[in-house]
Amino acid sequence: MTRSAAVGPSRRGLHPGAWWLWAACMAGAASRTTNPILLLLIGGVVAFVVAARRTSAPWSRSLVVFLRLGIVVIVIRVVLVIVFGNRLSGHVLFTLPHVPLPSWAAGVSIGGPVTAEAILEAVVLGLRLAVVLLCFGAANSLASPYRLLRCLPAVLYEAGVAITVSLAFAPELVIAIGDVRDARRLRGRPVRGVAGLRGMAVPVLESAFDRSLQLASSMDARGYGRRVDVPRGVRRCATGGTAVGLLLVVGGIYGVLSPGSLPGGGIPFVALGAILVGVGLAAGGRRTVRTRYRPDPWRRPEWLVAASGVAVVGCMVAAAALGAPGMQFTVYPLGPPTLPLLAAGGVLLGLLPAWVAPVERRPGAAGGTRPPRPTRGRSGNRSKAVTPPPPPAETPAARRPTAPPVPHVPSGTPVGHNEDRAA
Amino acid sequence: MIRFDGVTFTYDGAERPTLDRVDLSVGEGELCVVVGPTGSGKTTLLRAVNGLVPYFTGGRLSGEVTVDGRSTRDHPPRELADVVGMVGQNPAASFVTDSVEDELAYTMENLGLASDVMRRRVEDALDLLGLHELRDRPLATLSGGQQQRVAIGAVLTASPRVLVLDEPTSALDPAAAEEVLSSLTRLVHDLGLTVLLAEHRLERVLPFADSVVLIPGTGAQLVVGPAAEVMVQSPVAPPLVHLGRLAGWDPLPLSIRDARRLAGPLRVRLEGARPVERPDTLAGSSVASLSRVTVRYHDVVALDAVDLEFRAGEIVAVMGRNGSGKSTLLSRLAGVRPPDAGRVEVGGDDPARLEPRALVAKVGLVPQDAGVLLYGESVGEECSAADHDTGLTPGTTAAVLERILPGLPPGRHPRDLSEGQRLALALAIVLAPAPPLLLLDEPTRGLDYPGKARLVQLLAELAADGHCVVAATHDVELVAQVATRAVVLAEGEIVADGYARDVVCHSPVFAPQVAKVLAPDLWLTVDEVRTALLGEPVGG
Repeated sequence: MTRSAAVGPSRRGLHPGAWWLWAACMAGAASRTTNPILLLLIGGVVAFVVAARRTSAPWSRSLVVFLRLGIVVIVIRVVLVIVFGNRLSGHVLFTLPHVPLPSWAAGVSIGGPVTAEAILEAVVLGLRLAVVLLCFGAANSLASPYRLLRCLPAVLYEAGVAITVSLAFAPELVIAIGDVRDARRLRGRPVRGVAGLRGMAVPVLESAFDRSLQLASSMDARGYGRRVDVPRGVRRCATGGTAVGLLLVVGGIYGVLSPGSLPGGGIPFVALGAILVGVGLAAGGRRTVRTRYRPDPWRRPEWLVAASGVAVVGCMVAAAALGAPGMQFTVYPLGPPTLPLLAAGGVLLGLLPAWVAPVERRPGAAGGTRPPRPTRGRSGNRSKAVTPPPPPAETPAARRPTAPPVPHVPSGTPVGHNEDRAA
Repeated sequence: MIRFDGVTFTYDGAERPTLDRVDLSVGEGELCVVVGPTGSGKTTLLRAVNGLVPYFTGGRLSGEVTVDGRSTRDHPPRELADVVGMVGQNPAASFVTDSVEDELAYTMENLGLASDVMRRRVEDALDLLGLHELRDRPLATLSGGQQQRVAIGAVLTASPRVLVLDEPTSALDPAAAEEVLSSLTRLVHDLGLTVLLAEHRLERVLPFADSVVLIPGTGAQLVVGPAAEVMVQSPVAPPLVHLGRLAGWDPLPLSIRDARRLAGPLRVRLEGARPVERPDTLAGSSVASLSRVTVRYHDVVALDAVDLEFRAGEIVAVMGRNGSGKSTLLSRLAGVRPPDAGRVEVGGDDPARLEPRALVAKVGLVPQDAGVLLYGESVGEECSAADHDTGLTPGTTAAVLERILPGLPPGRHPRDLSEGQRLALALAIVLAPAPPLLLLDEPTRGLDYPGKARLVQLLAELAADGHCVVAATHDVELVAQVATRAVVLAEGEIVADGYARDVVCHSPVFAPQVAKVLAPDLWLTVDEVRTALLGEPVGG
């Protein structure tokens, strides 16, 4: 089965939606259990698939970043438990001096006995969060958020751009901080301490904003936001539908949260509002002329990857419903957790993408800031076998365009020619 | 194709208009070069073509700009995206997507083209600009020259009638620049594309130009006409034109080939004469040294066990193609970061370990993007802050700035300056304290010929005072004018190191125009030729 479904090197790689769905399922599965063996198993499965199928693009290093973040989460949790104490009784490991607090701070305690049970519970709960984070790191590594954005329907495209640009602001900021630090050093100004911080904040923000403005102007110059004329009725329908729909959704949620305030518990309001928003967005989408270059297809590998994710969640839910022992870890009595076989087997289904997903071919995407040297391929990389040698760095010989002039690049067709427009 | 009718443009808060009653018409299939001194409004003129000025800059524009019959008055930039392709000064900043192929398709997606048309045009653009090997590469991993070609390809796919390019070759090494310009010429000849481009390195673009628009600055009217005619009176001109004026050639040659045909008599007159040798500095005391320095970026080796020594009184030009490790070399010498292996020494210390204040006393660096050094509120504030930081008498930096670029208003915000003006300010800030080692990364980007001449004068004086100047540059004319020694890097290794005259004259890529015209004799600059001619007996 897996053998026949295995696909050779493909240029585009798996549909990013399939990767994100699979990762979301793995995260969902992790959030349904506190069994550390299951959690570690999920983390291992995710890491294995990423190692097998990630490309060498810059964003594919996200997994490591998220892994570090997860470890920080666990450490913080343990430290908090030790200092502020979750006073579980049991085996006392050591005792911190107790700090007496005034009476208004009742409920908070600092110091006191620290038990093995308390620390173990903190580690397990931290581990669960870390594994969920790892799943999102995996999604980022396997498909960049930008590629996911390309798959959004035209209606949601503009909202998606806003989100992508704001997500890009953080990395811009990190780059700007480095630049400004170096520049201050070169001018002989302090880079550390309060003085350094104050002198850096303004230029950092300035250059990050500058970059965002530049992006906006270059998007506009390249035709972003072009509109076609649609009948006034459609335009009104779009604006009105979206606005009224959103109001209904907000009111409906209020009804859901405070029972009895609205008929039907507010659910009909939410449903009606959602329909109106959908209609409004669809009508609004008719105003954009945007088409898509080489849309990612959704074929058998995508179905298999998505199915493997759903299967993992399904097994977890089934195991919980059947009351399989060991789904939730308990520190009383202190001992090794039992392993629910159904759930563990289910988690292993999540490994499927490591074989069924096509290997994405990204030649020479070494991830550095410069082209790789022509003589050396990357070694120790699993995808090396299918990676053609990276293109030579710019050498005078390699630079000459090898193809003769292609007279029909701009097709010689008049501007605004209609036969090229998508219907 | 492009028409400016009485266009006057004033930035918000500026006293004088940047463009003053500009009338201009560029015909279809013409390659038109915009020339003018630093800060004369070339970029503003270019950005007005598709309406980025004033839609994204603010300010007041009167008169009318029309492109292919569409006026920017009622067409914002996005409505002109199918007619005008605009490539800015910094291509990396204009990228919208993250991989080469997506970037090439972006404009077409916005125009709503059918996907089979997009496929065909992307493939054509990949071939035309020699990008097919890079098609899947993330944009962040490309070198400067590759990014420039992707940026041009990304606007070409939309099949615009007009291409507007702001300094398309300033970030490129001589060979890459030649290649981009010949691709452009091919588009102009084969497809009737209209190209409007601004460039300071006229020696690179003039051979390809049909017409020239001269912005004299200082409020004078534009001069528009065929390249050879305008160049006769232009205050900014490449060395070839100066040589032609000196030798009295008519018509003025704009390409090396034309000049060599006319150069026979001049070569005869120069027979037996020798250029004045530059001071021999190989005996100077050591200022800085690198021993076995290696720097890696992930798995790319930027510097490979480099050994170099820099001596007092030297002006060293570091050359090499895009991505050969020049900037890395300078940044390690300035102690921005320690090398991965090997040892850097500046005046006996490791620069990466020095405190900022001690560092500026030993070494100064003007980075490639000079703007990062500037974060004051005004030119005057930057100058006085620089005096304060380095303990100079107040006014020193301002005086140095006045020498490089006279008349820069002290109240102007650094962000409102042109690229060349910003560079001049950064140069002044770094040169004023005169540390023993001066590092300049691409110090002529956006600087006009007079500005360059003043910089050359300043650098020569510093070197005569015993300072060591190291400049990483693609500007072969700068090297010809001032360098005593040239180092050529390739793939992080040193492939040539020697007297500048020997290194550049014997390389077909790095030879300056005068050397090419007068080969096989080793003349580097027009000034050398002038001195030799005037020193000759009368009647020569």
